Amino acid sequence: MESILQIRHLTHTYSIGTPFERDAVRDVSFEVGRGEFLGIIGHTGSGKSTLIQHLNGLLRPTEGQVLLSGRDIWAEPKKIRDVRFRVGLVFQYPEYQLFEETVYKDIAFGPVNQGRQGAELDRCVRDAARLVGLREDQLDKSPFELSGGQKRRAALAGVLAMEPDVLILDEPTAGLDPVGRETLMENIRAYHREQGKTILLVSHSMDEIARNVDRILVMKSARILMDGTPPEVFSRSEELLSAGLDIPHAARIAIALRRRGLDIPPDVYTVDALEREILRLRKETVPC
Amino acid sequence: MLKDITLGQYFPGDTIAHRLDPRTKILLTTLYIVALFSANGFVSYAVMIACLILSVRLANVPPRAMVRGLRPVLFIIVFTAVLNLFFTPGGREFFRWGFLTVTETGIKTALFMVLRIMLLIMGTFLMTYTTSPISLTDALESLLNGLKRFRVPVHELSMMMSIALRFIPTLIEETDKIMSAQKARGADLEGGNLMQRAKAMIPILVPLFVSAFRRADELATAMECRCYHGGEGRTRLHVLRYQRRDYNALAIGGVICVCVFVLGRLGW
Repeated sequence: MESILQIRHLTHTYSIGTPFERDAVRDVSFEVGRGEFLGIIGHTGSGKSTLIQHLNGLLRPTEGQVLLSGRDIWAEPKKIRDVRFRVGLVFQYPEYQLFEETVYKDIAFGPVNQGRQGAELDRCVRDAARLVGLREDQLDKSPFELSGGQKRRAALAGVLAMEPDVLILDEPTAGLDPVGRETLMENIRAYHREQGKTILLVSHSMDEIARNVDRILVMKSARILMDGTPPEVFSRSEELLSAGLDIPHAARIAIALRRRGLDIPPDVYTVDALEREILRLRKETVPC
Repeated sequence: MLKDITLGQYFPGDTIAHRLDPRTKILLTTLYIVALFSANGFVSYAVMIACLILSVRLANVPPRAMVRGLRPVLFIIVFTAVLNLFFTPGGREFFRWGFLTVTETGIKTALFMVLRIMLLIMGTFLMTYTTSPISLTDALESLLNGLKRFRVPVHELSMMMSIALRFIPTLIEETDKIMSAQKARGADLEGGNLMQRAKAMIPILVPLFVSAFRRADELATAMECRCYHGGEGRTRLHVLRYQRRDYNALAIGGVICVCVFVLGRLGW
């Protein structure tokens, strides 16, 4: 797969030259393929947030490089804004950044900064609103009249409207109710299917990651602990647990069953796969 | 970048200057300011400088930090110096160019004014350096307690001050976050002329105000939930009590203040 982002030996040190000096990210290297759906998991303070802010040039690496389509994003610091248009970053609780009089204008903020206007601007704003599931009549409302979940969608649309090649989402479902979570994730999946764009999803929720992504990065104390497909990563469930990380509920049950001597393969981490395994075991042990 | 701004330069420590009752420090600073403004000769300024140096040594403040405290008022210092140097008539005249004159009195006034501003800033800086903002507001409340008789809402004012101080770091963090988020949407915060720069602040200020109001609302509810009903009958976790060292410090400060006052009157 052609890679769109390459991160090479990235290190970021905060408060250099003071007693509070510490590495938030240390010697991290990985690549992201075009069209890939990558999940990043890690504890609070493991360096995820610092890492993703390097990918669109909000932070400058202390050491190392970030390459976008093979070019160092800091090669021309004056053009860093173009990088931000190509790598869209949606922060945690993005609804707190809404400011315009109407939802439409707020979504248009990014595209207008890009220099879009007229029919082109209107098209990308309406496309983005459709992608996140906002209705046409909601576009003329004030963003402060929307409900929490709708605000989140409007904020997400504000980044999607710039039509970035890479979309980075920091805990997009945090603080939403279960239905809101699921519909928002469905919108994100649909966006990935339809547009084939690259997505990086940062999350605490292992279940959310397990169900959506092609590949997982696990971060622990400023470094990458694991990098692999969900089956690869979750087959090391016990290691994840001892690193103090959560694992999907199904994987937890699989571990418990294995401890009781049942023969369940290590790469079972979804409810569906677990169900199949349990049914298979029942057929083998209970002759009917 | 915003995080580098220090508001309230309190630096924790355990020196005699840190241990003094905050009320004592406020009173001493007041005495120091009174003395400073009655000083008007080389001897009295020398006494003031000696007092400041001694206090700085006692508080164990790095001299670099003291000088850093002067940076924000550098413009005012230079402005005062220039104004006094060139526009004060009297005494021997050294230099004249058009309407600009440099006289003996001019040099002296300029020197004293600059010294006065510098000593004033450094003295108050020393107080904020050795006293945490919270104990300062506590001390103010206790010192102004007498004004309650004249229906001044002393407790409310000091509560407002504590809350404002408490939320400065929170709001700075919030501003940082909002700035990053808008930059991620291509907001240009650096370039452009004055008008464009002012306009670029809107995407930052609106969310900041919205969140400040939301926080204020939440805090008010949380306070009411805990039955906050103003200062009446309220007890404290840290009760301020004067110690022997406070009386000693106040006595020494008072004597020096009177001495400088007398020296100033004599024109020394």
